[in-house]
Amino acid sequence: MKVYKYGSNVDTDVIIPARYLNAPDEKSLASHCMEDIDADFAGTVEPGDIVVAGANFGCGSSREHAPLALKACGVKCVIAPSFARIFYRNAINIGFPIMECAQAAEEIQAGDKVSVDFATGVIADETSGKTYQAAPFPAFVSGIIDSGGLLKSLKARGAAK
Amino acid sequence: MGMTMTQKILARHAGLDWVVPGQLVEGKLDLVLGNDITTPVAIAEFNKAGLTQVFDREKIALVLDHYTPCKDIKAAQLCAAVREFAKKFSITHFYDVGCMGVEHALLPEQGLTAPGECMIGADSHTCTYGAVNMFSTGVGSTDMAAGMATGLAWFRIPAAIKVTLKGKLQPYVSGKDVILHLIGTIGVDGALYKSLEFAGQGVSALSMDDRFTIANMAIEAGAKNGIFPVDDKTRSYLEGRVSRAWEAVEPDPDAEYEREVVIDLDRLEPTVALPHLPSNTRAVGQAAGVHIDQVVIGSCTNGRLDDLRQAAAVLKDRKVASGVRCIVIPATQQITLKAMEEGLIQTFIEAGCAVSTPTCGPCLGGHMGVLSDGERAISTTNRNFVGRMGPVSSEIILANPAVAAASAVAGCVADPRKL
Repeated sequence: MKVYKYGSNVDTDVIIPARYLNAPDEKSLASHCMEDIDADFAGTVEPGDIVVAGANFGCGSSREHAPLALKACGVKCVIAPSFARIFYRNAINIGFPIMECAQAAEEIQAGDKVSVDFATGVIADETSGKTYQAAPFPAFVSGIIDSGGLLKSLKARGAAK
Repeated sequence: MGMTMTQKILARHAGLDWVVPGQLVEGKLDLVLGNDITTPVAIAEFNKAGLTQVFDREKIALVLDHYTPCKDIKAAQLCAAVREFAKKFSITHFYDVGCMGVEHALLPEQGLTAPGECMIGADSHTCTYGAVNMFSTGVGSTDMAAGMATGLAWFRIPAAIKVTLKGKLQPYVSGKDVILHLIGTIGVDGALYKSLEFAGQGVSALSMDDRFTIANMAIEAGAKNGIFPVDDKTRSYLEGRVSRAWEAVEPDPDAEYEREVVIDLDRLEPTVALPHLPSNTRAVGQAAGVHIDQVVIGSCTNGRLDDLRQAAAVLKDRKVASGVRCIVIPATQQITLKAMEEGLIQTFIEAGCAVSTPTCGPCLGGHMGVLSDGERAISTTNRNFVGRMGPVSSEIILANPAVAAASAVAGCVADPRKL
């Protein structure tokens, strides 16, 4: 699916500006996603598309609305060399895939057709013919993702009632 | 190899004698925090997961501070959802309009944060409480929901950066300049996934309000948290606020740090961060004369009493420049009262400032001072990202309260030492 590419330090204020946080429903969040960095994004993104960006993706505010907005747009995953830690947690906790891979983030170009395999961490750029290996999640984190998110994993082991 | 302050607190709360960087642990929480933007999403997740119990109604703090007093119908609906949840579970520390303040100024003031304790908050500036030797870090709404239900959170034990402070701050230089200088030095991801561990003789020369400001913006360097050791100033601050027993942590002499940054406080200049990253720092002189339309003095970063005193000292017997709007927002009701007692509020109003009830408002472009197209603000807040306070064409310059006040008087970025 096609790639949207952005620079480093994409902050959560541009992923979903605070002026839209008073309406946290998925449809509303999706309609304003990335508005302040790419006004065309919400109107052109299609389910399965991939966001590729520079280091420290998702820095700033703790708003879970940011990964929720990207997920609600149908974005399949974000590929970046590194993620801001709260965004990283939030993505895992809501079951939104992110992949850490510096080389892929640098070389994949906007508009490329890219496929990803979350089980193996392999990123394939069908346009350039190159493949990349993303850093694997620690087993603990994979467990949360496999359970379908943090709350489901806590309920499954009886920690939350 | 020994442990850092952060590692010791996380080990203690995970029931472990020892932890190492990179290790994943599950820690017991002494407090879970949420606000009017993040809590409704947490409540939705809580309900969607079919959860019916909170782990401890006395260890959850809900503060309606971002869009309050409610700016519109949707914001009012979010607050109503939080209010209902607080009532349903008899949440002890629920702060509504009239007693609420900007959360990170309010919680320490109310004695909810103490040395050696461990908390998460669904707000990125939850790292503020490292000022009182607490491990505190920002998380999202799902973590908050899980924390409310279980009293637990998962943590990756962070590696550390040691920030050694030497000397003493000069007049018109404050904690804001220390943290802006640090972010300018290491970058907005310079401490990504790491803790900032403050140390050195210079710590004792910093006021508690300076320490809150410094720890508050640890997140702007990407840090998981920023933490200070306890000294007499900390103990004095906690006295009369925290009645429960607490146990401070100190770093082991052989604690491991990935790097050390030394800051000579004597040589620090009033510092500003130009658009659009907090790391884009300059000495104020290098930005002097840059036109501004608005000044904001407040927020979880710089809305405390010391901050207001510094701003008022500059604004006393002076006027806000024609064409400039200066908005002052004391961070809590107690701070407002003390500012009234000290005559600070009168100074602000006589100078031509608008003085607001506590709110996060303009910091995130919510209300109470949103910018228009192409406008520029100098602000004591914490982020100068694109579109943070208004449209994408608006700009924010971050500064300390004295610089913000001097700029209000001059009508452009100004050095308070040269006013």
